[in-house]
Amino acid sequence: MKIGVITYPGTLDDRDAQRAIRLAGGTPVPLWHADQDLKKVDAVVLPGGFSYGDYLRCGAIAAQAPATQEVVRLAKQGLPVLGICNGFQVLVESHLLPGGLIRNEHQHFICRDQKLRVENTSTAWTNLFEQDQEITIPLKNGEGGYIANPDTLKMLEAENRVVFRYLDVNPNGSMNDIAGLTNERGNVVGLMPHPEHAVEPGFGPDTDIAMRSGVDGLKFFQSVLKALVNS
Amino acid sequence: MSDRRPTNVDTVSQAAAEPDKAQPWKELGLKEDEYQSIREILGRRPTSSELAMYSVMWSEHCSYKSSKIYLRQFGEKVTPEMKKHLLVGMGENAGVVDIGEGMAVTFKVESHNHPSYIEPFQGAATGVGGIVRDILTMGARPIAVMDQLRFGAPENPDTARVVHGVTSGISFYGNCLGLPNIGGETVFDKVYQGNPLVNALSVGALKHEDLKLAKASNPGDLVILFGARTGADGIGGVSVLASETFESTGPTKRPAVQVGDPFAEKVLIECCLELFYAGVVAGIQDLGGAGISCATSELASNGGKGMRVQLQNVLLRDESLTPEEILMSESQERMMAIVPKEHLASFETIVKKWEVEYSVLGEVIDEDRLYINWGEKEIVNVPPRTVAHDGPVYHRPVEYPKYQDALNADGSKKLKRAESKTEVTAQLMQLISSPNQADKSWITAQYDKYVMGNTALAMPDDSGMVRVMEDSGLGVALATDANGKYCYLNPYEGAKLALAEAYRNVAVTGAVPRAVTNCLNFGSPENPEVMWQFKEATAGLADGCKELGIPVTGGNVSFYNQTGDVAIYPTPVVGVLGVIDNVARRIPSGWQDEGNNIYLLGTTYDELDGSAWAKDIHNHLGGQPPKVDLAKEKQLADLIHGASIQGLIESAHDISEGGLGVALIEASLRFNVGARIWLSELMDRDNLDLTAALFSESQSRVIVSVGREDDVKFQALCEARGVPVLRIGVTDKSGMIEFQDLADLNLNEVRTAWTKTLPELFG
Repeated sequence: MKIGVITYPGTLDDRDAQRAIRLAGGTPVPLWHADQDLKKVDAVVLPGGFSYGDYLRCGAIAAQAPATQEVVRLAKQGLPVLGICNGFQVLVESHLLPGGLIRNEHQHFICRDQKLRVENTSTAWTNLFEQDQEITIPLKNGEGGYIANPDTLKMLEAENRVVFRYLDVNPNGSMNDIAGLTNERGNVVGLMPHPEHAVEPGFGPDTDIAMRSGVDGLKFFQSVLKALVNS
Repeated sequence: MSDRRPTNVDTVSQAAAEPDKAQPWKELGLKEDEYQSIREILGRRPTSSELAMYSVMWSEHCSYKSSKIYLRQFGEKVTPEMKKHLLVGMGENAGVVDIGEGMAVTFKVESHNHPSYIEPFQGAATGVGGIVRDILTMGARPIAVMDQLRFGAPENPDTARVVHGVTSGISFYGNCLGLPNIGGETVFDKVYQGNPLVNALSVGALKHEDLKLAKASNPGDLVILFGARTGADGIGGVSVLASETFESTGPTKRPAVQVGDPFAEKVLIECCLELFYAGVVAGIQDLGGAGISCATSELASNGGKGMRVQLQNVLLRDESLTPEEILMSESQERMMAIVPKEHLASFETIVKKWEVEYSVLGEVIDEDRLYINWGEKEIVNVPPRTVAHDGPVYHRPVEYPKYQDALNADGSKKLKRAESKTEVTAQLMQLISSPNQADKSWITAQYDKYVMGNTALAMPDDSGMVRVMEDSGLGVALATDANGKYCYLNPYEGAKLALAEAYRNVAVTGAVPRAVTNCLNFGSPENPEVMWQFKEATAGLADGCKELGIPVTGGNVSFYNQTGDVAIYPTPVVGVLGVIDNVARRIPSGWQDEGNNIYLLGTTYDELDGSAWAKDIHNHLGGQPPKVDLAKEKQLADLIHGASIQGLIESAHDISEGGLGVALIEASLRFNVGARIWLSELMDRDNLDLTAALFSESQSRVIVSVGREDDVKFQALCEARGVPVLRIGVTDKSGMIEFQDLADLNLNEVRTAWTKTLPELFG
């Protein structure tokens, strides 16, 4: 299975996302923001970083890139898309997901091992998790505060579209402790924390068992491979 | 646009025609004899552009004129054995060290102290940007950063301004570059009030064959400036900021602190790496201090050739800039490449892909001359070496400080020691929660440590460690240290102590120390007592490196760190790089499991002079710093490496500020594993009282935890290697750290006290 990873100018976690895909058993395909051609990939990851230096608004300029436009078109036809951190911001700016992401409540960039609850396991990227499973993956952002108007929040909750919720600590002031969302169809998922940084023993977050042994992020990429096989 | 270009410029022919025209050499920071020697070199007065170039290149910051005669010993006090892993030594943008498997790493630490006091955010941000470009210039992909920060007294209101600005600046720039921040230091002391120290370190990795040098050696090759446009920022920054103290009353100069754009730098990094791998660049130099003046003259001088440059080809943000300003501008995120003509098309394709602007400024010539034109007018005509490398060399007066004997005589013996249990508990808690020993995660949580996915160790472990080769796990460990108090008491020993601690911090992770970098932060070199400190510290460091058998590969000197007559403590920051064949073997700094034995390695002496205990409990600084025996450090490092290879050690933590007491608490807090400690045997064996046992800062000591099944093997190994070993405790799941018959500390309470200090001060 070929999973594309888009690199925009200022993207940082593209090679990490490629490694995660490889470790999950998929074939990563680097995609370039200026190319509309997505090389017939079966799914796409929009990785983290500071595309275009966060100028204008985080993700706003990347949302206009030819590659993103093609992702938007294909996502509407069911292409699995995962937006991580800046990628989540791009998905929101592209209106594939509702709401917005603003400066963290405490005004600082924060990097921490974050506990999440998986609340929707029927998406393309979460089908290997158990309902309400608690996972730990690194979070690192300056503008991760999720906001939406009351009607949107009500709709998201009613339709079970909150995929991940922050546990123990809400690290950025997100409304309803929302860490990640999906679209109606469940093929598009966006979240602020970084599953690609919890895929390899020795380099993930600490766990009760051993230091840096957390690999909860791997299931995101295994889930999409399973979803693709089944589809 | 072009009609805004200045036309009334000083030319070479005018300089010849009006030899007696008065020139502002003094305002530009030159001394009279320096100005005269420029006239001698040129056989005429310099043009105003030439004067700008010489003044900035001959400044202390660029020419190392006061430090040169001392820095030589880093190249002299080395054996061939020490150089065997060195691919590039001192003198280049950064040293390059072979780490095996065809890979090399390059690393360097540099200061950005003065800009960070004036404008902490941009000062610190561009400090990161500058050091990362130095690493990139060697042909390496930058793979991590660290920062060494020293601020004023925590309770002084201005400290918060600097702390917030510096931390956000590093966070903003480093995070946006996608480089993991894997460690560093944060120290508070009132001597840094008007002179905070902001040092930044970067490390990069490269294949041997990708090594690049800052050289223009082939006539006909093109000189290309690319990256950000040139603007008015940082003009004169180098000579003004690094040459004078803030209180001097000279004429007002242009805004001197540069402004950084990390996005532009990130794009520039990727663009440069693609250019390097495509093989289209023959030489490369970053533009930092002294901008185009530095890049053109150094590239030409290093290549033993000359250059012809059209300065009007420089892409500008402001068309009204004068040629002098263009030559001196320190606009960030710019690089200069030497590109063979046949590669121009490939070069253009790559920079256009990354949407990076570039312009061809001129070409390399087979002549010992740097010619710079402004349109038709020749404004610079100089031998490049005289600008770049043949600057003045000073033999500054050196004088043993008047205060030194009294300072050294004022030892800590007179200080009241802890006697009761309650006193010991109170002192342990006070030390662990004092700003210098307290948890630094309020700062480090603002840095991305995960990006790149190769970070094996980061704060709060003793070293940062990153994987370089994904297949084999080959990696490097890095630690930096400096103890300004020790250096103030004894700069020779203090520099050695900084080296010893950084070396030990690398060794405790299981890595083998291989090379050294330094950032020498001192007061004014015009003060003979400061020069004595400098002379002593450099000698101590060079001698120490020779004893340990690891070479200095490069570094940086920052003078004039003083406000009025008050200089900072001499603060030579020493960085040690180690190599580890597989980062999976790394050792963390805290207990990982309960039921392990805790051993103290090394001997404890009654050494409390200059300690955190003397400072934090008694507000005292005097006497002599702890003694350091580098042969013992080496023995200890070898032991830990051996034990790590055999998998005998669960954790290892170096003992430094705060002594054994603080080290034990830190090891418990790391993974929240409790411990029971007994000190009586140690006190008997080493003839110590309680205070010395807990708080002495004797060197060459490490605490390790060892699984019971490995006990016999481990002790045998220590004996075989002649390292004193003593079992002083056992880890447990009590949630307590219990000092038997002394203090019972609840880990949650200790953690609260340890973590709340910085947020309460700065949050």
